[in-house]
Amino acid sequence: MEILTAIKRVPETGAKVSLTDDKLDIDTTSLGFTFSPHEECAVEEGVQLVEEHGGNVTVLTLGEEDATEQLRSAIAMGADDGMLLDGGDDEWGPAATATAVAEAVEASDTDFDLLLFGNESADAANHQVGVRVAEELGLPCVTGIKDLDVGEGVATAKREIPGGSEVYEVDLPAVVTVKEGLNEPRYPSMRAKMQARKASVEQTEPEPREDDLELVELEVPETDDSPAEIIGESPEAAEEVVDVLEELEVV
Amino acid sequence: MVLTLVEYDEEGLDDVSLQALTLARDVAEQADESLEAIAFGAGAADVAGEAGNHGVETLHAVEDDALDDYAPEAYGRAVVQCAEEVGTEAVIGPGTDRGAETLAHAASKLDVTMAAEVTDVEVGDSYELTRQRWGGTLIEHSRLSAETNLLTVAANEVSVSATGGDAAAVEAFAPDVQEGDLRVQLTAVEESDVEGVPLGEARVVVSGGRGTDGDFSELEALVENVPNAALGSSRAAVNEGWRPHDDQIGQTGAKIAPEIYIPCGISGAVQHMVGCKGAENILAINTDPEAAIIQKADWAVIADLHEVAPAIADELEARGHSE
Ligand SMILES: Cc1cc2nc3c(=O)[nH]c(=O)nc-3n(C[C@H](O)[C@H](O)[C@H](O)COP(=O)(O)OP(=O)(O)OC[C@H]3O[C@@H](n4cnc5c(N)ncnc54)[C@H](O)[C@@H]3O)c2cc1C
Ligand SMILES: Nc1ncnc2c1ncn2[C@@H]1O[C@H](COP(=O)(O)O)[C@@H](O)[C@H]1O
Repeated sequence: MEILTAIKRVPETGAKVSLTDDKLDIDTTSLGFTFSPHEECAVEEGVQLVEEHGGNVTVLTLGEEDATEQLRSAIAMGADDGMLLDGGDDEWGPAATATAVAEAVEASDTDFDLLLFGNESADAANHQVGVRVAEELGLPCVTGIKDLDVGEGVATAKREIPGGSEVYEVDLPAVVTVKEGLNEPRYPSMRAKMQARKASVEQTEPEPREDDLELVELEVPETDDSPAEIIGESPEAAEEVVDVLEELEVV
Repeated sequence: MVLTLVEYDEEGLDDVSLQALTLARDVAEQADESLEAIAFGAGAADVAGEAGNHGVETLHAVEDDALDDYAPEAYGRAVVQCAEEVGTEAVIGPGTDRGAETLAHAASKLDVTMAAEVTDVEVGDSYELTRQRWGGTLIEHSRLSAETNLLTVAANEVSVSATGGDAAAVEAFAPDVQEGDLRVQLTAVEESDVEGVPLGEARVVVSGGRGTDGDFSELEALVENVPNAALGSSRAAVNEGWRPHDDQIGQTGAKIAPEIYIPCGISGAVQHMVGCKGAENILAINTDPEAAIIQKADWAVIADLHEVAPAIADELEARGHSE
């Protein structure tokens, strides 16, 4: 099986988010980078399927050159090849991203059986790159998948709904966008990380097309940061806790 | 005209669709346009009354047996055809799995960008949008200027209001769906056999993070003693393999809205907090008085959760609250 997974480099924010002075980006001076938990599951699923059926997992990202760091993390998880679409420092919109990804897939020598995306990117959450790539390539697409079973030329995919799940059957090749919970992504070993550092990454420079959505400014939502009332500093505080529960009439 | 995609079940229009209608009505009023809606499935015409009560003048009820079962690409195609036939300046949908998926197909077919997770629109030459990034951790102000503006409304961010208007006029709409559009179609619905109170419906949610060190026994015992309570966790606890992902609260997990949320041994990362912003009250239990969760909670106990949780269970029992 030939599998493509698409991941996006995003900052790893902690308890507080700060913006750059122009308010167009998160201030990342003291932050590390990662990719979405959904996309981690996409990579893990690809690796597991190849372990079972044979083949290759290619991991692709569109972003700045530093995004090779995320490609290498995915390679350390077991992906075979990395592909960087060097898009420069600015974030691309979802239409431009999808077109570039679809063109890279078409230009590739590999005929992919399965293209795995996150259901939504961690930062922009445009909810559409996977669907658009499917539309551009003329492939069927299922989204929001938390359970995937791949058989001979067909996949059974499940999407969670309140109280159960929806079941979809889709012929391969297909695009599947996934959510965290699909599987349990592995922690790469030290050795795998070292080897991934040496893996070669194919690099191309796509031309951005126009996108109708233009970022004006980011804003950190206001939160009530008044400190909590400290109701105790020992297990004796259990009395105060139960007072609160009684007051709220939940016990 | 502003076209809104709506979803419904036996009880009528769903909440997120009503939220989408409320925002769409605001857009229509600003643009001095009429508000219309499109609904799929055999019961579509039945929601005309409720749709009218939320400002919809005309309801386009899709009439095609082949589309009674959900089919994302075909639904996207039908929305495009309806939008083109009635001539619309915007298509607005609910921020649900199906809403986003249908409009993403439609946007791709129209070759325009869809704006997802929108909470507010100011109509001018273009649409000045407010939308959520990072699951609501950040707000984005952006400008959408497509030939037809497609957007989905973030779930549970808009407060619904009705107009008291008359039932919408129902017009049957017969799309010209192609064979290929039906390649993906809902095949079956499975019921899950989860026991206990679902996280999203619990009045009390107690959750544990890395600070539990993998021992959830005291938190489990506490939850068992409180009616309508459920156990949750942070992503760190799921990653460690201590809890199933179904328990995870946050950006890539469950969204909860309990009367009180009791995070134990959880630091309060933004991606965790967006999952519990619907909580009325937060009572944190943490050994670190500097942890971010203390800033975000209403009450805090600065102590070891492994000692506090059993003490709470004992106190509940002493006061006769145990189930
Ligand atoms: C794109 C993205 C999406 C994410 N989505 C989610 C999500 O959906 N949900 C989520 O939770 N996280 C999510 N995260 C991860 C998030 O950033 C944090 O890493 C995670 O929430 C930390 O979990 P934690 O608070 O349990 O662990 P830590 O941050 O390690 O905190 C542990 C806390 O336990 C306290 N503690 C230690 N011992 C004790 C004790 N004995 N008694 C009491 N307190 C004690 C410590 O003081 C500390 O505050 C996401 C991250 C990214 C990048
Ligand atoms: N710049 C990018 N590079 C690679 N994949 C991407 C990029 N942006 C989005 N994707 C993929 O598309 C999915 C959905 O993104 P979005 O439409 O932005 O929510 C993500 O989870 C990724 O799998």
